[in-house]
Order: sequence, then structure tokens, then C-alpha cells
Amino acid sequence: MNQKQNLKQRLEAVNEYERTPIPKNKLKGWKSFIGTYAGEHTAGTEFVLGPLFVAHGASAGDLVSGLIVGNILAILSWAFFTGKVAVKTRTTLYYQLEKIAGNKFTIIYNLVNAALFCFLAGSMIAVSATAVGIPFNIQMPSLTDVYPNSVGWVITVFCIGTITTLVAMFGFNVISKFANIAALWMIMVFIAAAIGVLPRLGITSFSEFWPVAESTIWNGVPLEGQSKFTFWHIMFFSWFCNMGMHIGMADMSILRYAKKWTYGFSVSGGVFLGHFIAWMASGILYSLFLLESNGSLVFAPGPIAYEAAGITGAVCVVIAGWTTANPTLYRAGLAIQSINPKWKTWKVTLFVGLVTTIAACFPALVMQLLEFVALYGLILMPLGAVIFLDVFVLPKLGLASNYAELTNSRFNPAVGITWAIALVFCLGLNIYGGIEIFFLGLPGWFVAVLVYLAASKAIQKKVANTSTVSPLNY
Amino acid sequence: MKTLLKLISFLSLALTLLPSLLVMKEIISPELSKNIMLIGTITWFVSASFWMNKSEKEEAEG
Repeated sequence: MNQKQNLKQRLEAVNEYERTPIPKNKLKGWKSFIGTYAGEHTAGTEFVLGPLFVAHGASAGDLVSGLIVGNILAILSWAFFTGKVAVKTRTTLYYQLEKIAGNKFTIIYNLVNAALFCFLAGSMIAVSATAVGIPFNIQMPSLTDVYPNSVGWVITVFCIGTITTLVAMFGFNVISKFANIAALWMIMVFIAAAIGVLPRLGITSFSEFWPVAESTIWNGVPLEGQSKFTFWHIMFFSWFCNMGMHIGMADMSILRYAKKWTYGFSVSGGVFLGHFIAWMASGILYSLFLLESNGSLVFAPGPIAYEAAGITGAVCVVIAGWTTANPTLYRAGLAIQSINPKWKTWKVTLFVGLVTTIAACFPALVMQLLEFVALYGLILMPLGAVIFLDVFVLPKLGLASNYAELTNSRFNPAVGITWAIALVFCLGLNIYGGIEIFFLGLPGWFVAVLVYLAASKAIQKKVANTSTVSPLNY
Repeated sequence: MKTLLKLISFLSLALTLLPSLLVMKEIISPELSKNIMLIGTITWFVSASFWMNKSEKEEAEG
């Protein structure tokens, strides 16, 4: 009984300031952000994204230069967009969006977010399954597989999906602490696995690396059925793969705790460890696999890592997939629960876990991860533009910020119109203009800006320019 | 005690990474490297779990 009361007291004591600005005494220093970002951006996805650049025939020069430029642009976006907005408002994306767009709109946004989270968690469960299936000699999916290719694969995915769901229901804090410990070790395993296989590519000193990288690892030739990637694909992908988090403003939830907006730059460590070193390392492993298997289309990060680093490599794939899938599943549950807070959290998490696990059975989800990650950012991007304009630009134009809160409205049509037009514009560019998904984020953002300004101007005509928000001075 | 645990942890991380450099220089075999990495991995998870995350009391104190 005492234990129950103690647990209840502890749960009630948790205050994440979901609906109030972060108090000044709760702000955090640099170290917290460096650690958080380093852990978050070295994840299971890295085992898939690095090889996909190889499969799409990126050349070594394009890959390195594209990743450097794209990652720098991503860091600048985190600092100048998310950091500035987060420190100015000190609220979560969800609450800020509710104040701007109304709670009816945020329900739609959360539903879309939950579906995207489910697919992302599903691909990570599939990545873990490729490692868990090793001792059972499970038939692995190939790059062109859309549907599950064996009963063993489905059973493995369901076992991992069940464990991941149960942990998300009962023990999320434990997994979060476990992920903190695993992050530093995972990056070491990524690097070690790649270095350890270099002699098999004919490299025994670092000076020999670049010529082999250009001729063998990233030789610029796409695999059969894969499109060719250029510098621009890589640059835009590395800039926009976390678009939902920076330009889409999801990381307001983290950076609202920052003492200064410049703490947004602390993502540098995470991005350059995860989206540079880890992508290159996993690309090296995959390239060797292609070489030694005579261009096999089988795609399984687990066996590839096992081959390179033994049990440690396989465990790393399982943990990397699991530590990404678990919080993602948890977030998906919370997003669904926001529709009706009376629904029990565990029941909602069980439901999203089932959806996620079914999705994970389909290898197409993992094989299309590059496109899916780009799509994820693209869908959330217009709302990031809305928040940025609402906080910094609308007051300068004599328009009101937080329009839904100000007018006590449940739906601000300006936001709905902006989201719809920006996405239809991007879809049109893709279908009729033949522009690939990686390049749509930039024009889409400018369209969102123009539409939101025009729609706000039209809708706010009759509203006095008053703000309900007291400015924060910290 | 915490300092000693940290020292063990970082040494075990080194055990995870350094063998691969020796494999690249063809000083040790890949099989030996994989075994050393596994020892480093086990030692890292055991030792780091004692100091890496804040205790509930520390968290409560902020």
C-alpha cells in the first residue's frame, strides 16, 4: 500500500510544464542538451540510412560534402528557428500550436503525428528483427520486398513488437535510462565495426581510405532499381531528415529548457556523430556486404553488423532499434490519447503497439525509410513555419499572435488553409513537376509563409491587435 | 568509488573501439577483436549503469 502511495506521489510530483512556460529556476545548461542530442541522433535508423546512400549510388565526394553542408544547415535551423522560438515562448510545440490553431486542429495534427510515429517505430522494430533472427536463421527481406517473405520473419517481428509495446506500457523510464547508457557505446560500435572491416576492402592505413572510398565503397553506381543520388539529394536529405524537429518545431519541447537560444547549436555533436560518422560507418559495412555477396539485394542490418563486430554488432542493432522504437511508440500513444484524455494510457499504447507491429512486418517500410523520413518532415514543416511567423513576424505586421486563444476559438482557419495549401503545392511539384521528395521542403516552407501571412491578414481583419501573452524576460 | 567506476567504464569503451584499429593494422585477428569488444561491452553496461544516470534522489533535488 505504501509503495502504491509512494508511486502515486511520485507521479503526481512530476511536472513537465505542458501548459505553462518553464520557470526560470528549471532551465538547464549546455551539458544536458549535448547528452540528449548525442543519444537521440545515434539510433537504429542510422543502420538503414547509411546503406541506403550506398544503394542509391552516392559518390564519396558527394556524400562527404553533402553531409557536411546539410548537417551545418540543420544545426543552424535548430538554433535560429527552434532555439529562438523555444526560448521566446518556453512552451511545447503542442501547447503553442493549440494557442495559435485551436484544440480541434491540434487533434488532427496529433493524429497525423501518431500515424507517422507508428511507421517510424515499425521500421525500427523491423531493424531489430534482422538481428534477433540471426540465431534462428530467419530468411531476411530484400531491397525490393514489399510484403513479409516468411512466417519466421512475421513471428520475429511480433515477438519484438510485443516486448517493445509492453515496455512502453510499463517501463518507459527504465528504457530511457538504458538508452542514455547505450548511446556512447553504440557510436563506438558503429566506428569499430567499420574500421574492423577495412582490411577486407584493402585498407590497412587511413591514407589508403579515400581512394578505396571513391572506387569501391561509394562508387557512384546505384543498385538495380534504385534512383541515383547527387550532392543535392544528400545535402537536402541531411538538412531535412529532422525537419519535423527543427523547422517543424517539435524540439521546442526540449529547447524550451535552454537558458539561451544558442543552446540549439549543441545538436552539433549528435548530428555529426549520428548523421555523419554513423551513416558513413554503416555505409562501409553495407558496401563490403555488397562486394562479398556479389551485389545481393538482401538487406538486413543485423547480420551485416554481426559479421563485422560479432555478438556486439548484433546486440548494437537490437538496442539501437529498440531504444528508438520505444520512445517513439510512447509518443504515438500520447498523441492518440490527446484526442480523449479519459482513455487509459496503457490501452492506447497497446493499440498503437499492435498497429506498429503489423506495419513492421512489411519490409517496404524499412526499404523506403529515406523517403518516409523526408515525408515525415515535409508533413510537419508548414506548422513550424506557422509557429515561427506567429511568434516573430505577426506582431511586427500589426497582427495578433495566438489567435485561437485570443478569440477563444477551437479552430483557426488560417492554420488549416496554410497546412493544406503548402502540402498540396508540394504534392503538385512532386506529381506534375517531377521534383523528388527531398527537394520539396524548401519551396514548401516559403509557400507556407506566404499563405499564412495572407490568410492571417484576411481572417484577423476584425480583431484588435492585442496579445494575451506577457513577454518572458529570460 | 564513482571515479573508479567511471575509469573502468571508459577503459571498457576503449576496449570496444581500439581492437578494430589493431585489426586494421593487421596486428590482431578479427575474431580476437570481436571477443575483446564483447568483454568491453559487458563491462561498459555493468559499470556505467552504476554512475551514468542520476538517482531518484538526485533527480528530485534537480
